[in-house]
Amino acid sequence: MSSNAITIPGTQIESRPWVDELHQWLTTVDHKRLGILYILSALLFLAIGGVEALIIRIQLMRSHNDFVSPEVFNRMFTMHGTTMIFFVAMPVLFGFANYLVPLMIGARDMAFPRLNAFSFWLSFLGALLLYFSFLGGTGLYGAGSAPDVGWWSYAPLGSRAFSPGHSSDYWTLALLVSGFGSIGTAINIIATILCLRCPGMKINRMPLLVWLNLVMAGMVLIAITPLSAAQIMLLIDRYLGGHFFDTQAGGSAVLWMHFFWIFGHPEVYILIIPCFAFMSEIIPVFSRKPIFGYPVMVGATVCIAFVSMSVWAHHMFTIGMNSYANSFFTLTTMAVGVPTGIKIFNWIGTMWGGRIQFKTPMLFSIGFLFQFLIAGLTGIMMACSPFDWQLSLSYFVVAHFHYVIVGGILFALFGAFYYWYPKMTGRMLSERLGKWHFWLFLIGFHLTFDVMHIPGVLGMPRRIYTYEPGRGWDTLNFIITIGAFIQALAILVFLANLIISYFKGARAGNDPWDAWTLEWSLSSPPPAYNFATVPTVASRRPLWDLKHPEDPDSRYE
Amino acid sequence: MSAVTTSFPNTAAEWRLPSRGKVAMAGLIIAESAIFTIFVVAYLFYLGKSITGPTPQDVLETPIFYTICLLSSSLTIHLAAKCLARGIGFAFLGFWLLTIALGGLFLYGTAQEWHRLIYEHGLTISTNLFGTTYYSLVGLHAFHVTAGLVMLVTVAVFGLCGRVEVKQSGHIEVLSMYWHFVDAVWVVVFTVVYVLGR
Amino acid sequence: MLRKSSTVRFLVQAILLLFSAVTVWASEPKGSSPQGTNIFAPASTPAKSIADLSVFVLVITGIIFVIVFALLVYSIVKFRGRAMDTGREPPQVYGSMQIELAWTIIPILIVVVLFLATARVIHAIQDAPEPAGAVQVTAIGHQYWWEFRYPKLGIVTANELHMPVSDPSHPTPTFLQLLSVDTDHSFWVPELGGKTDLIPNHPNRMWMDPQRTGVFLGQCAQYCGTQHAKMLLRVSVDGPEDFAAWVRAQQSLAVEDTGATAGRRVFESNACMNCHAVAGTAGDGRFGPDLTHLMSRATIAAGAAKNTHDNLRLWIQDPSAIKPGSLMPAMKLSDADLDAVVSYMETLR
Repeated sequence: MSSNAITIPGTQIESRPWVDELHQWLTTVDHKRLGILYILSALLFLAIGGVEALIIRIQLMRSHNDFVSPEVFNRMFTMHGTTMIFFVAMPVLFGFANYLVPLMIGARDMAFPRLNAFSFWLSFLGALLLYFSFLGGTGLYGAGSAPDVGWWSYAPLGSRAFSPGHSSDYWTLALLVSGFGSIGTAINIIATILCLRCPGMKINRMPLLVWLNLVMAGMVLIAITPLSAAQIMLLIDRYLGGHFFDTQAGGSAVLWMHFFWIFGHPEVYILIIPCFAFMSEIIPVFSRKPIFGYPVMVGATVCIAFVSMSVWAHHMFTIGMNSYANSFFTLTTMAVGVPTGIKIFNWIGTMWGGRIQFKTPMLFSIGFLFQFLIAGLTGIMMACSPFDWQLSLSYFVVAHFHYVIVGGILFALFGAFYYWYPKMTGRMLSERLGKWHFWLFLIGFHLTFDVMHIPGVLGMPRRIYTYEPGRGWDTLNFIITIGAFIQALAILVFLANLIISYFKGARAGNDPWDAWTLEWSLSSPPPAYNFATVPTVASRRPLWDLKHPEDPDSRYE
Repeated sequence: MSAVTTSFPNTAAEWRLPSRGKVAMAGLIIAESAIFTIFVVAYLFYLGKSITGPTPQDVLETPIFYTICLLSSSLTIHLAAKCLARGIGFAFLGFWLLTIALGGLFLYGTAQEWHRLIYEHGLTISTNLFGTTYYSLVGLHAFHVTAGLVMLVTVAVFGLCGRVEVKQSGHIEVLSMYWHFVDAVWVVVFTVVYVLGR
Repeated sequence: MLRKSSTVRFLVQAILLLFSAVTVWASEPKGSSPQGTNIFAPASTPAKSIADLSVFVLVITGIIFVIVFALLVYSIVKFRGRAMDTGREPPQVYGSMQIELAWTIIPILIVVVLFLATARVIHAIQDAPEPAGAVQVTAIGHQYWWEFRYPKLGIVTANELHMPVSDPSHPTPTFLQLLSVDTDHSFWVPELGGKTDLIPNHPNRMWMDPQRTGVFLGQCAQYCGTQHAKMLLRVSVDGPEDFAAWVRAQQSLAVEDTGATAGRRVFESNACMNCHAVAGTAGDGRFGPDLTHLMSRATIAAGAAKNTHDNLRLWIQDPSAIKPGSLMPAMKLSDADLDAVVSYMETLR
């Protein structure tokens, strides 16, 4: 596959030596290649983070297990969380945004291709820094030490006094460096969308994927930066003797919590909004109808972006805020569920009256709808702060957020993979393997994360390397672990599909799904310059207009 | 699957979109504002909470002169950009170098103040909460001034070699947006540290 | 196509059934055994208010789930594409303002109802005034044990808390002030109330009024370091006479048993008393738990092990054998000294 050559059928294309190909990839500034690099990097860390999860699950399979020591366990959950959020979810979503946004707006590349490459490599460097900690952490006994302070590194646990050695520093630096990469990508996405749209593509004619990535990028600018600021403050505390979070000098541990969660809550919306974008492209195509309520979908997303900046302290209901603060955050957290629910209704409205095709992307989308609904409802339960005084810091929360991240985000991502892989590689993924992947993963997912709510209700806190027998948690944890292994198996099927189909998959052609956005007008994979002639569009579904000249969308907008 | 002829109409009417340099700089400014906001919040939160050591009232002297320097540099860079847009290269260079001088003067003032605070009053970043938050906030701003000066000096070098022309006025405007941002941040920092904090 | 959709439907119905069964099971009030930590088996007013509110929230979210789920299943089944549809597109509907308004307004109303119900409970629990008969306890979090002081009663103990049972007509709740000497912790005994964090430099306050006697379990819920998992809580709710007896016993100085002077000398001449206090001796260390009435506790090492001779001996010999990462160092005592000091500990009733 070469996205640098024009695909001229019937012509023999000389293959290059592999070193040249490698060099092309390492020095590329092409948004499509960078997108794929982001995605491949994310898949690598998905596998690593998954192994960390399996280690956690084996240790928790039964009470008083000794598969790993408490020190190793604490590093595992810290690394698992940090890896999955910062080095899997964010990169893979940036990767898809990078690949698709210029294609969907009729542009030839992102606004700043070199900044694009720089941002990717910064993000990759961050991941390497984090994992180097295993070697270079405290430097004792020749084996290093990964950070073990949880992915939030609450003060004062993250301070020099309680985390001597360098493991926390690797965590801090890795996130700081990759954070700057994220800001670079976000600036790039915004500039691309606002400045490079093809003629006729007014703001209210952009595909929803483009709109939602614009909103996501805007949120990155104001949500990632508080974390960067807090990381700088932590470094000042650890290295320059500062007292930002030094409770012995009058500093406040709660201030770290506020700064962290002002980042942390919008962050989860930054992760889910691109997944809403995938759903808003896939569900219409496989229902054979346009998205129901485009303006409302845009409005609801913008609404979510704003309201989500006001809910952060629902992660802090147990820290002893007064009843007015707790009530305020209860209200805002419940409120943000309204626009989110509206989006679910609109997707169902899109399917309603359609002719649904149950290809693999649509299977994952339906799984997303079902699971995101449940995740949202358990979120409403925890929005209610007294209920949260019981559920917080327990396995109920762990179940909730994995429901969102795995049941929501990962399912949407799988849908996106099956949908756009043909465009990226020119080959279709195997439907048979896809269905095996879907059903195996669905079963494993529900076995693990449905059951996981129960130990939470039965009083099992999170981040514990072992637990007492007789609390009623043993059998449940065992079932959860079985489900984890089934999910691992499904991921292996998925990876096999990605690799086998690359070589043996059916040729995709330009438009295997009979879809309506601009990327499907190009060859699969597209040429390096994307569009030979910059298109002009007259509606939200330019390819629908071309395929149905008797009934174009432009008549109804 | 369907075969689609990709023949889009080529006639594009007036299609004007914003300049990507300006949009990108606006994005950067928004992101940096968020970082500064967090440091300002920490500063305000910790006012009066230091357990020991010198307080703001004890040691701070309002840097009026150097503030005037920095704020006037906003005016001079604005004039420089306008001159360049009109093609008056000599005036552009003059105002540009003046901007650099004023910015450099501001940094000198900050250095002088820090020297006094450290050696006469014993206030360092590790002394107490005031020291930590003061040096972090003012230092973060000074860092941004320095980064700006580096960029301004780079342009000055190109300008002195006669390479900066009217067609670069877009880039110059983007850079001056950054410089205005740095000044605006100083207005906030000045108010918080030297006015409210005492 | 038909077979596939009915498989989908079956699986989906099975999952729904499982989920509702689990929800119903979880929300049933259960009896509490000494090992119970079920948030739906409340034994105290705050826990009960929370449980009642939770059931209300569960019912509402359950109804929402059933409705939306039914719509989803219906749309999948009714609007599935059939083979004969290939090439024909369904009517292209872009949206409907009335429908959008409907499914905006109804959720807003639901949010208002839920919020009002919740705000009442928040206020009732957090702003409850402290009555005259309340027992006051200061709980101080350490890595990895709990220090409990009863300032008005002059009691200092560790890890196992005693409270009087509270009669609803003449309530004698226990009010805890929550502090920490090092990192963040969280006090969570699910059947007695929601959790509240212990944060250094940020005192917190919580209360419980247990309405039945018994032993209630819990543990630290905020990750505080290596042995966060073994910072367990054991709350003994006593009847009025039992509580009074316990208080009297705790207020007394350490038992002086002449048969254990050898052990006491080991305790005082090694570094033990730098960290541990035994009231009435020279030992007044505050870094570790107060040992004055060690034998009145059912467990040692914050619940990590039962308080038996062998466990005590192993703990003193090498704490990391029971709780690796605990901040108590192995004292490397000789066997003779070790046996002597264990005998001494066993006199501290």
